[in-house]
Amino acid sequence: MKAASFEYVRAGSVDEACELLRQDGDAIKLIAGGQSLVPMMAMRLARPHRLVDINEIAALKFVAPGPDAVRIGACTRQCLVERDDALAALVPLLRQALAWVGHIQTRNRGTVGGSLAHADPAAELPLVAQVLSARMMLRSTVGVRSVSAEAFFAGPLTTAIEPHECLEEIHWPVWSGMRTGCAFTEVSRRHGDFAILAAAAQIAVDNDGRCVRASFGLGGGGQAPLAFPDLAARLLGTRLEADAVQSAAHEAAVKLDPGSDLHASADYRRHLASVLAARVLRAAHEHAMSKQ
Amino acid sequence: MSEPLYPIAVVVNGVERTANVPARLSLVDWLREELRLTGTHIGCEHGVCGACSVMLDNEPVRSCLIYAVQADGHCVTTVEGLAQPDGSLSVLQDSFCQVHGLQCGYCTPGMLIAAQGLLNTTPHPTDEQIREAIGGNLCRCTGYQQIVDAVKHAAERLAAEAK
Repeated sequence: MKAASFEYVRAGSVDEACELLRQDGDAIKLIAGGQSLVPMMAMRLARPHRLVDINEIAALKFVAPGPDAVRIGACTRQCLVERDDALAALVPLLRQALAWVGHIQTRNRGTVGGSLAHADPAAELPLVAQVLSARMMLRSTVGVRSVSAEAFFAGPLTTAIEPHECLEEIHWPVWSGMRTGCAFTEVSRRHGDFAILAAAAQIAVDNDGRCVRASFGLGGGGQAPLAFPDLAARLLGTRLEADAVQSAAHEAAVKLDPGSDLHASADYRRHLASVLAARVLRAAHEHAMSKQ
Repeated sequence: MSEPLYPIAVVVNGVERTANVPARLSLVDWLREELRLTGTHIGCEHGVCGACSVMLDNEPVRSCLIYAVQADGHCVTTVEGLAQPDGSLSVLQDSFCQVHGLQCGYCTPGMLIAAQGLLNTTPHPTDEQIREAIGGNLCRCTGYQQIVDAVKHAAERLAAEAK
C-alpha cells in the first residue's frame, strides 16, 4: 500500500457529499475517476484525511443538450462523452480534445469534472473549457454558484472551488445557427501524455467565408490554460488570411509565460505555441468552410 | 493506531468474493496479494504502463488507480477470467502465442485485457483501432507489431468461428 492511510466514505448523493464537505472540507478530498488523485496519493503529494467517493452518485452522470449549452454532470466518464454523437454535433471540440486525453483505460474511468477540478495546466479539457467559456456549477450546502472558466482556473492544480464546494456540472456553450468549425492539436513526447503545448480553436463563418465568431486558446504554456478573446476579436470579418492568423498566433505566444523542464525549454514551448495556434485557427476555419 | 477496515463484495471472474480491506489497498494489490490472482501484473503503480489493466464492469481500467473499496458492488474480470471454463486459452490468448505477440510476458495480461475490450465492441478492428486500444500499454520486447498482428489474427479466427 503506497498511499497514507485515510478514511473512506461513499457518498450516496450530492447533498450528502456537500454536508460532509460543510463539516470538514479542509480534511476531505472528493474522488471521482481518481486517475490523477490516486497517483498523487501514492506519491504522497496528496494526503487527505478522508476520501469522499462520488463515483456512485447517478445524479452527477449525465449529458443534457440544450439550445444554448450542453450540461454535463461532473462525474460523467470521459469515454461516454467521447462516444456521444449528439454531443459531438453540438460541442465538437470536446470529442476532438478527448482523443488526446490519456488512454482508453484512463478515459473509461476518468471524468470530465475530475479533469477540470484537477486543473493540470497542460490538460486538454481545461483548455477546451477556456476556449468555449464553459461555466462550472459549484454546489455547497448553501446553494449553487456559477463560475466562468476564466475565473475557475487560478493556477497549477488550483481552482476556484472552495473546500466546502463540489463541482456539480459544467455548461458547455453551443454555437448554434452558425457554420462552425473547430480544431485541437498538441505536441507531447508520447501520445496520451500531458501536452508540452496544446492549442484549440473554434471559428464560425458567414456565407462569404468571413469569420463571425472566433475563440482560441493555448495550454501548457504557463500556470493555467489561456484563451485570447482580444486577439480572437481581431479575426472577425477576415477570411483568416495568412497575415491575420500569423499575427494572432504570434501575439498569443508572446502572452504566455512558459516554464522550462526536462521535456521542453520555455523557448521551444513559445515556438510551439505560435505554430500550433496558427495551425488550429486555419484548421478550424477550414472545418467551418466545409459545413453547409 | 489500527487502520479501519471496510467490507467489500466484488464479483471477480464471475464469483463473488468478500473481504475486509483498508481503504488505501489498491484493487490490483487485493487481486494479487489476497485473492492470489497473480496473472494481473504490477508495473509502474501510477497509471502509466497498463500492465495492471483489468475489466471493471466490462470496461478496461487500470487496477492500480482504483482502491479495492471502490470496487465494492462491481464486477471485475482479470486475465484469468479470459480463459475458457476448462482452463484452456481463449482464441485471443492463443493468437498471442501463435503470432509471437509476447516475449517476456510482463505486459501480456494488460495487453490481453485491452485487446479483449476492443474485440468486445469492435469485432473487426482496423490496425489503427488496435493501436489505439493498446496505446496505453507499454511493451519493451515486441516492438508492438506482433501484438497488433495477434489481435488481428484473433479477430479473423473469431469471425471464421462465428460463420
